[in-house]
Amino acid sequence: MNIAAGAARAADILTPDVVAEHGLSADEYQLLVAALGREPSLTELGIFSVMWSEHCSYKSSRVWLKKLPTEGPQVIQGPGENAGVVDIGDGQAAVFKMESHNHPSYIEPYQGAATGVGGIMRDVFTMGARPVANMNALRFGAPEHPKTKHLVAGVVSGIGDYGNCMGVPTVGGETNFDPRYNDNILVNAMCVGLVDSGRIFKSAAKGIGHSVVYVGSKTGRDGIHGATMASAEFDEASEEKRPTVQVGDPFTEKLLLEACLELMEEDAIVAIQDMGAAGLTSSSVEMADKGGVGIELELDRVPTREENMTAYEMMLSESQERMLMVLKPGSEKAAERVFRKWELDFSVIGYTTDTGHLVVRHRGIVEANIPLAALAHAAPVYERPWTKKEPQGVVAPEEVPPPNSMLGALECLMGSPHLSSRRWIWEQYDHMVMADTVQRPGGDAAVVRVHGTKKGLAIACDVTPRYCAADPYEGAKQAVAECWRNLTSVGADPLAITDCMNFGNPERPEIMGEFVGAVEGMAEACTALSFPVVSGNVSLYNETNGVAIPPTPAIGGIGLIPDIAAMTTVALKRQGDVLMLLGAEAGHLGQSLYMQVMLDRTHGAPPPVDLDAERRAGDLVRGLIRDGCLSAVHDVSDGGLLVAIAEMALAGGHGVELDAIPAPLPPHALWFGEDQGRYVVAASPDQADAIHKAAAVAKVPLRLLGKVGGDAIKLEGEPPLPLAALRIAHEDWLPRFMAHG
Amino acid sequence: MKASVIVFPGSNCDRDAAVALEAATGQAPAMVWHGDSEIPASDLIVLPGGFSYGDYLRSGAMAAHSPVMREVVARARGGTPVLGICNGFQVLTEAGLLPGVLMRNATLKFVCKDVWLRVERNDTAYTRRYVKGEVVRFAIAHKDGSYFADEATLARLEGEGRVAFRYCDEKGEVTDDANPNGSRRNIAGIYNETGTVLGLMPHPERLADPALSGTDGAKMFLSLVETLH
Repeated sequence: MNIAAGAARAADILTPDVVAEHGLSADEYQLLVAALGREPSLTELGIFSVMWSEHCSYKSSRVWLKKLPTEGPQVIQGPGENAGVVDIGDGQAAVFKMESHNHPSYIEPYQGAATGVGGIMRDVFTMGARPVANMNALRFGAPEHPKTKHLVAGVVSGIGDYGNCMGVPTVGGETNFDPRYNDNILVNAMCVGLVDSGRIFKSAAKGIGHSVVYVGSKTGRDGIHGATMASAEFDEASEEKRPTVQVGDPFTEKLLLEACLELMEEDAIVAIQDMGAAGLTSSSVEMADKGGVGIELELDRVPTREENMTAYEMMLSESQERMLMVLKPGSEKAAERVFRKWELDFSVIGYTTDTGHLVVRHRGIVEANIPLAALAHAAPVYERPWTKKEPQGVVAPEEVPPPNSMLGALECLMGSPHLSSRRWIWEQYDHMVMADTVQRPGGDAAVVRVHGTKKGLAIACDVTPRYCAADPYEGAKQAVAECWRNLTSVGADPLAITDCMNFGNPERPEIMGEFVGAVEGMAEACTALSFPVVSGNVSLYNETNGVAIPPTPAIGGIGLIPDIAAMTTVALKRQGDVLMLLGAEAGHLGQSLYMQVMLDRTHGAPPPVDLDAERRAGDLVRGLIRDGCLSAVHDVSDGGLLVAIAEMALAGGHGVELDAIPAPLPPHALWFGEDQGRYVVAASPDQADAIHKAAAVAKVPLRLLGKVGGDAIKLEGEPPLPLAALRIAHEDWLPRFMAHG
Repeated sequence: MKASVIVFPGSNCDRDAAVALEAATGQAPAMVWHGDSEIPASDLIVLPGGFSYGDYLRSGAMAAHSPVMREVVARARGGTPVLGICNGFQVLTEAGLLPGVLMRNATLKFVCKDVWLRVERNDTAYTRRYVKGEVVRFAIAHKDGSYFADEATLARLEGEGRVAFRYCDEKGEVTDDANPNGSRRNIAGIYNETGTVLGLMPHPERLADPALSGTDGAKMFLSLVETLH
């Protein structure tokens, strides 16, 4: 049954079926009745159902999220607002957040992904920041799955069309293919904005009798119950949920962005909140609750694009490109002038009160009258049972067969779906608009210049789902560490992260155990690396017919480069430079891409992360970059050392001559092992001494790898692998895959 | 040189153009809102890139009918140089200041990357700092950039020397592989009859700063300064 249509007909007959369709359990319904002191009306039930949904209330995750470190001298705003804020010096701040749009993107990839991008940008400009960069972390099913191509094409063009039209560069991200995402893809979108520290806008609606103003697009019937959909598993009937996916209009959002920023120049706004998940309900409840006031809404004044919308529909619509604001007294006219200039709807739809209640009137009838505390604080909080995953044994290097040829294996890996170039994706994103992208996609981190300064913001997204599936704790630690390492590789001081916690059904103890393990791993790494969490989102129920995705705690991090003149890239720059490896080697092949791609084996413990060694190696590399000692830097991650070297060679168009591997570890374990906390660096030979000395002082192992030269990868005892051939293998896979439709 | 940049709802390269102009001229250009019917006295008018009116209907079609465009057309007919970049080129064709039309890319996809261009003439206000036949690197970012005109129009453009830039490879060869969007005869930009109106899909303003890995675009703005003072 269609909830919305049914509501209009069967008003206020709240049978157990109607309650269940709203995603509330019988116990939760009893809690609701107790909180309200009576049976709810249908509109009230709808309001409770979205506010108490997993998506809005974090009822399964809340107790664990408290374990994450959220503070630091750089943190201006931690979790709890529309986005996190960190200080970047000179009175400036970076505002950023990552959010999932998984369920809608599977059902309708183009609109689902597009509105995910639109939503995350609104979260950032709601706070007064101009968005300056977008990123995304995408997980698709196996390439051979019949839906994968369609989903990739739709998601990529949805992300591209939205960000491109907004004029905000999409500067990078990551993409995985794995059969465990066949029926539940992940679309995680991140946005970073810039604001003057003194001009940050928040959502607390303080003060009584202030106007509540609706701006942006009109309200339609799209997206009703999106938040509830995002809080349930998929089954065969999920395709029928297509009507609950919202439709994006990036042009209107561009106007909304400019209008909001223009109004923010004036002293007119008390509080502002975007209408995202759960639309008008969530935005009005959150603003009033944070401000400690009540709020009264007159729905007859809500601009609608469809006729005869009910209060229920208006309160639950997730129509896009809308904002709610509370204005300072007397600023209504000035605000209206700005929004009319940008040809947007503007309507005073209510006011703040001292009642502590949300009161909703429509056609002269009070459709809802709910104490805000019940909506915002009486939601159930679950300490769900969880079980810890049995850790897998460590795979000894000697147990893993070597390839016939190291360079042959390298070519296979570089041309595999896992490591092939993502150019086909990022060339569909305008990554240069705003003319501040000083490091484009394809490197360790993207870098955008802080407009009008010499500072750079480095941005990276990371998680390795196969590590997390094997060991959620180590995998989550690794995700944080790799993000920190990627920011370090371009010369940035890592500042803080946002997270997107994508998991299966938390009502299953093994899934809850994955979540708990991941939070604990993240907390440990964030603490050790002084890399706090300032914003984020949790997406649960990513499973279909009882089969869950691998635990995927995606980490989006930002860092600050004080002067972009001292920024490094992965590209080798000069013939004759020496190549060195910094960091300890153990030849860890468990969960490596070598085992997966070459041997079709996916077992073993993932590589452990020694956070103390991680920090020492990173601080060393960053120091060497700032001292101008290094001509290229690349962290060692997926695929291991030889892959990292090959990526540097391809990026720079220079070959390398590699020395023989020292005993005693097997060569394939050193070339393809995925030991953590390592960097490959290139430097002119006259810097070598200084680098050796600095590494010794920092107690970071250093090994000379060879030198830059020629136009091939050369390894003793094997025929050279020409860069031209390697480039074809690396660039060819994705366009060829997408071309065969 | 006094420049004006026209801002339509949905323009998004207006700031980039202003930054590049200011770097070349030392003077911030006037930013003119689409609803205005007057443009300050200007030596140059720029129609920037973006998605004017969301590219709804057809790219550039609605902007071409906005109030300010009547004045832009009048100034262009009076000899004021008008530069249309990307969406600005689309607006110029829709407004009838340049012939032809920009169609959906042959790949049907948006494409953002650096491209090589061959400078076909260096005797215009836009190109005097370049060498004729020089190969330069600009950036493209568009979905509707495939230049189309009928054969007679193309022949006339060629005959009158009105092709400004062509997509080419690094060595200057005009090949199909070097054509990123399916444009007829690899045309990346064209002039009007007098060489005063230039429309081009590539963005000179995006590679006009050493920090952005290229400065070939800066020469266009320096050429304009040199010509127009």
